[in-house]
Amino acid sequence: MSVRYTYGGDEFIFAEISESMSLAAFFKGMAITRALRERAVPGVSEICPANASYQIRYDPEQVAPEAMLAILRELEAAIDLDNLTLDTRIIEVPVLYNDPWTHETLMRFRERHQDPASTDLEYAARINGYAGIDEFIGAHSGAPWFVSMVGFVAGLPFMFQMVERERQLEVPKYLRPRTDTPKHTVGHGGCFACIYSVRGAGGYQMFGVTPAPIFEPAQRQAHLRDSMVFFRPGDIVKFKPITRAEYDTAVAEVEAGTFQLRIRPVSFSLSEFLAAPSQYNARLLETLHVA
Amino acid sequence: MSHDAPLIEVIKPGLATSVQDRGRQGHYHLGIPPSGALDQFALAAANLLVGNAEDAAVLECTLLGPTLRFERAALIAVTGATMVPKIDGQAQACNTALAVPAGATLSFDFVQAGARACLAIAGGIDVPEVLGSRSTYTLGAIGGLEGRRLQPGDRLRVGPPRRRVRAGLALAGELAAPCPKEQVLRVLPGLYDHRLAPESAASFYEDSWTVTSEADRIGYRYKKGRPLRFQPREQPFGAGADPSNIVDACYPIGSIQVPAGVEPIILHRDAVSGGGYAMIGTVISADLDKVGQMQPNQQARFERVSMEAALQARKDYRARLERLRAALG
Repeated sequence: MSVRYTYGGDEFIFAEISESMSLAAFFKGMAITRALRERAVPGVSEICPANASYQIRYDPEQVAPEAMLAILRELEAAIDLDNLTLDTRIIEVPVLYNDPWTHETLMRFRERHQDPASTDLEYAARINGYAGIDEFIGAHSGAPWFVSMVGFVAGLPFMFQMVERERQLEVPKYLRPRTDTPKHTVGHGGCFACIYSVRGAGGYQMFGVTPAPIFEPAQRQAHLRDSMVFFRPGDIVKFKPITRAEYDTAVAEVEAGTFQLRIRPVSFSLSEFLAAPSQYNARLLETLHVA
Repeated sequence: MSHDAPLIEVIKPGLATSVQDRGRQGHYHLGIPPSGALDQFALAAANLLVGNAEDAAVLECTLLGPTLRFERAALIAVTGATMVPKIDGQAQACNTALAVPAGATLSFDFVQAGARACLAIAGGIDVPEVLGSRSTYTLGAIGGLEGRRLQPGDRLRVGPPRRRVRAGLALAGELAAPCPKEQVLRVLPGLYDHRLAPESAASFYEDSWTVTSEADRIGYRYKKGRPLRFQPREQPFGAGADPSNIVDACYPIGSIQVPAGVEPIILHRDAVSGGGYAMIGTVISADLDKVGQMQPNQQARFERVSMEAALQARKDYRARLERLRAALG
């Protein structure tokens, strides 16, 4: 898995770790971009890890394009994936699956969907071989997800589930994008989950909503005090199905500014994960409930 | 006299007027793009004409300018697009420091050339900085005035003027050249251009492309060139089904994507920061100002250049900025 480097004009370098998505590709990009951030190269203004690639912005008058490339190649060569751990955090994100707001929206845009006779959840459950939406929700909320990229719009996390490839949930995007998606919709396109940080256009299938604010310019919630954008690439997310009553309580807490998101520090090892994913995930999830 | 008092009332907001400065950096990895005036040279020129720091906040006025009532006297300048300012109905010069008397109304004629004018006011538009910039980013609803474009009834404050400049100071010659109707935009090929079929990699640079009505601060969409064909392949895991799809990745500012091979889109300073469409090259930094000055239905050609040429163009752009500073310093 050697990296393909290419220039994005005179100010960007784009590095493709792999053409296809995998945890190893994402992890390698995370490791290189973290090392680059630590190195604090003068002239580098943006370091953006993505799913299976990353991108940097730099001033070619402070560091020449070939010199910048040489630094990135050097960092790539120094990465030892087998002995890498990522110090990150695990977050429990409450989700009201099959909620009335995404349901109203998906009904409004039914003619843009592959299967107008089903809901997005019913369609996703069927094409992924699940008996019904409850089994599908069980798979979606059962194993944790890596935040593999933050972007498209402000604060929107893309997430990749930490399971073997054959267990990955895959759904196509809508045939034509919707012009509306409720804020905080939990969506899915390709093999990626996302949470819409703002209301707006979108093409991902819609499965539910979270009451947790994830992008808040006013920074009222405790988990947004340090940054108006909550998610960081490398965060680990566990979805927790909640009831309508729990959702309403959480929304009231958000309005009062007393909402608490469950967040714990955690250290992740790719090699230990790959050796036994299910057992490793079980241990990870235990840390969520350590006081 | 307090500087907290409102100074400017928005009578009509114009088509798409927003507060912009040089933009913000360091937040693209969180999906927050640079924003800032699309024509950065015009930003510097307007500010220097009225004695501001080059990167003070201005009003970026798109195609149809706003109508503003000035409660106090002010010095202003309009640069970039040729959008003739009128003070109480009297036409004034572009690219010139103009004195607006207290109580006067500033309005604009429809744009004659270019798409975006920078309206600088001595002292700069005084809105809070968000993540290091006053620039409006409407998708994230941050910066500028409440994170949005101007609306009727808005009241804008202006900071204290930095130094006294006389009305009448003006740009001349190449520093005040009007925006051309047709543009040649220089492109460094790369990113996913290897995915294009050879005939499409050639035709993209041969054809004339027309700006569509979908041309805004996020991106510029072009039409009327031959459709581009991506080489068929078995799509990698995680990429979408169309050959123009990739595993979602970051988008450079200025990068050109061609969803389904039909209409190329150049991303600009309010870019969506990433997505799943293959990019085939990037407009060089020295030509980004030109993109934002194109009107719908105007035509562009794309010219393939080397990194060496892109760096030279960057030096030439800097040299022109130096001439601007020398002329107004």
